[in-house]
Amino acid sequence: MTDQGPLIPRNRAIHPPAYDVAYKTAVTRSPNLPLLSMESTPTEENGPTFGHSTLGPLDNNLILNYTQGKSPAVGERILVHGRVLDENARPVPNTLVEIWQANAGGRYRHKKDTYFAPLDPNFGGCGRTLTDENGYYQFLTIRPGAYPWPNRANDWRPMHIHFSIFGHAFGQRLISQMYFEGDPLIDRCPIAATIKDRSQLDRLVAPLDMSAARPMDFLAYKFDIVLRGRRQTMFENKIEGM
Amino acid sequence: MVQKLDTLIETPSQTAGPYVHIGCIPTFAGVEGIYPEDLGKRAIEDGAKGERITITGSVYDGTGWALRDAMMETWQPDAAGKFPGEAGADPKVNGFCRFAADGESGVFTLETVKPGRVPARGGGTQAPHIAVWIVARGINIGLLTRIYFEDEDNEGDPVLSRIEQRHRVDTLIAKKTGEGRYHFDIRLQGENETVFLDL
Ligand SMILES: [Fe+2]
Repeated sequence: MTDQGPLIPRNRAIHPPAYDVAYKTAVTRSPNLPLLSMESTPTEENGPTFGHSTLGPLDNNLILNYTQGKSPAVGERILVHGRVLDENARPVPNTLVEIWQANAGGRYRHKKDTYFAPLDPNFGGCGRTLTDENGYYQFLTIRPGAYPWPNRANDWRPMHIHFSIFGHAFGQRLISQMYFEGDPLIDRCPIAATIKDRSQLDRLVAPLDMSAARPMDFLAYKFDIVLRGRRQTMFENKIEGM
Repeated sequence: MVQKLDTLIETPSQTAGPYVHIGCIPTFAGVEGIYPEDLGKRAIEDGAKGERITITGSVYDGTGWALRDAMMETWQPDAAGKFPGEAGADPKVNGFCRFAADGESGVFTLETVKPGRVPARGGGTQAPHIAVWIVARGINIGLLTRIYFEDEDNEGDPVLSRIEQRHRVDTLIAKKTGEGRYHFDIRLQGENETVFLDL
């Protein structure tokens, strides 16, 4: 039952609005008209699945995956781990989690990034993994650097890791960002500030998790993710309108 | 005070940013050698049943500028209307595809098969369509829309029927430009703004 049936309608109030004047690019990329409200259909209730055969052994190790294990990336070594759950508080097993990030100096390996900070020849900046049967995932990476970006005259992104999560239904698809506990740039960031509910923004800030840190090796940050859930009542198959 | 619900709140979205390609289609960003190939590179494999089609278009912002940094994902059933994973689904149809607007021209291309009709909630069917999800810098939460086809019977489709301003239905319909070729533009804002879905 968990993998069938209608999605719980999305609560848009907990997400950033499309239009936000402080995030300049959003001004011309935000729909003006109301979105069309509808119930989910089989199109959104199904979604792609990815198997372990898709993944390589170093896919979730960003310290080593760019050199295929030959030479580690520079930076503060960290484990990023957590669980993917749905709104019904059930684990989402076997779902693909992808991440991407800047290197320790705040530079992305992307043809469009021209920041002064140098590329690290041993760091690519992406990783992926499948959650286990309990919805648990982990990545080994380096802490990304903060970086400046063209918005207002002097805006900086806090240290962050981009997350992409599939769930089991196309309508659950989500992209978000993870921030780091204690980073003073979070409160100055117009992108973080697109989320108007402070308690929701706090949910993107991963705490230091010494219980998962490995002595003399890496620190750990815990980042749990909640995807949309499905309605779970026994009245879902009733005849329309009855 | 009342009893506490044991439900959770969805994690809030954040923009995919300008470098989404690194994570989702790394070879497009110039990041080679981590994965054998980009995920979702093909909607179909050789031998997929049905009519082969190519859909091209652009994603325009409110000023009419085609985005050079948009990333799109599509999801569809096979030619018989079965989604991958369903019993009897065409094993050559992946259903899922990921692609980026071209960095120079802003044009995107999707090569796939024409999808079949799929069931609607509460009985009946939906006209053939492909679900599209668009993310980019400046898009705070991914936008969901659909590609329908002008040469299919779209009459009575339950989603298209919900659109009050009938001229806006047109924003969801791909125009046939040749044999097996369609054009579909997405307008994020302004004149002829695409209908985006909230479900
Ligand atoms: Fe970023």
